Amino acid sequence: MYAQMVETGQQKVRSAEDMSAEEQAFQARVDADIKIEAKDWMPDAYRKTLVRQIQQHAHSEIVGMLPEGNWISRAPSLKRKAILMAKVQDEGGHGLYLYAAAETLGVSRDQLIDDLHAGKVKYSSIFNYPTLTWADIGAIGWLVDGAAIMNQIPLCRCSYGPYARAMVRVCKEESFHQRQGYDIMMTLCRGTLEQKAMAQDALNRWWWPSLMMFGPPDGESVHSAQSARWKIKLLSNDELRQRFVDQTVPQADYLGITMPDPDLKWNEESGHYDFGAIDWSEFHAVLKGNGPCNRERLATRVKAWEDGAWVRDAATAHAQKRAARQLGEAA
Amino acid sequence: MSMSTEGPSQGASAPSGGSERSERGGAINQWPLWEIFIRSQHGLAHKHVGSLHAPDAEMAINNARDVYTRRNEGVSIWAVKSSDIVASAPGDKEALFEPSNSKVYRHPTFFPMPEEVKHI
Repeated sequence: MYAQMVETGQQKVRSAEDMSAEEQAFQARVDADIKIEAKDWMPDAYRKTLVRQIQQHAHSEIVGMLPEGNWISRAPSLKRKAILMAKVQDEGGHGLYLYAAAETLGVSRDQLIDDLHAGKVKYSSIFNYPTLTWADIGAIGWLVDGAAIMNQIPLCRCSYGPYARAMVRVCKEESFHQRQGYDIMMTLCRGTLEQKAMAQDALNRWWWPSLMMFGPPDGESVHSAQSARWKIKLLSNDELRQRFVDQTVPQADYLGITMPDPDLKWNEESGHYDFGAIDWSEFHAVLKGNGPCNRERLATRVKAWEDGAWVRDAATAHAQKRAARQLGEAA
Repeated sequence: MSMSTEGPSQGASAPSGGSERSERGGAINQWPLWEIFIRSQHGLAHKHVGSLHAPDAEMAINNARDVYTRRNEGVSIWAVKSSDIVASAPGDKEALFEPSNSKVYRHPTFFPMPEEVKHI
């Protein structure tokens, strides 16, 4: 998902015998759906895992602005341009809500940003794919934001209060993103044959990477099981992926375009769509830094940060000057 | 619960707007953390919505406008330095809130009213 394969630092899921009295009390609160707040006692591993997860999530929002920002100057109309700018601004805001949630766990904003820029921490694999045509902006809103919503709605119920509250805000804003994407796809699919072909081409390229967003099958993953126990992961990767497929295929049918998967078919018995095997070697290559755009994305992100340094410096200088002036007036 | 539950826990609050520069230009962390409260259109009290970093109060308000009111969420913003908020400690929960648990007569439902008696 936006946070993929989050490590918990555990060799096995912690059982009651492994836990101190404090930790047992903590787990009992989690089991009873009582939210954990910033100043409450929490196990170190829970804190560290949450920092990793929220940080990855925040970075994904921020890096996720880049593939779309690429098209702001080339949007086909003023209306589309204004909408896209509003969406990209939202992503920046979502990153900020999440950084603030991570900071409640005792890490600093500058450290989080440094870690991203140094390539020490991940962001979602999906943002390492290129946006080649305008239809890609439609496909991203429809598929990528659709997948994100799938993951984020259950996270509104997660055990950590500040993270859950950030998710509530994000979810409220995110459905506009998905709809504007689908609206772009509808417009293209009702247009010329060439425009419809563009929509199909975007779907062909974004479908499999979107399914990979949910991460590999959980299988026997200790990390997934521990995160589920802590209620910072509420549904398994495969459950979320299946829901996403079931929800999205009829939407493609409506558009009159098809998923690039010959094995995709409705299974009457299970009441779900069956779909083909995912190429996990591609996913792992992208996570390792070898996707089509990894280097470009990080370089663009670092440049944006460095180019903005004078703005941050000016704001600091302005605040200091005004504080000094006020001090002078008071004297 | 307490307002500053969003605030940094482990004493990690931002160094207060000092002149200290990080090696890189424009570090955010030297900016204080502000808690943001918004009053919505309908005359309700200001409600905590989140936090942000800003070099001073005026810029905190401007940032809050951009971050927390992109969709007409409010008609008024309060920005309060996180470090100025005094909060109850989680460990004090019982001492603070337990005494009211036994005083059920503070709720109107404690007094059953006869069917025939209206408007009460």
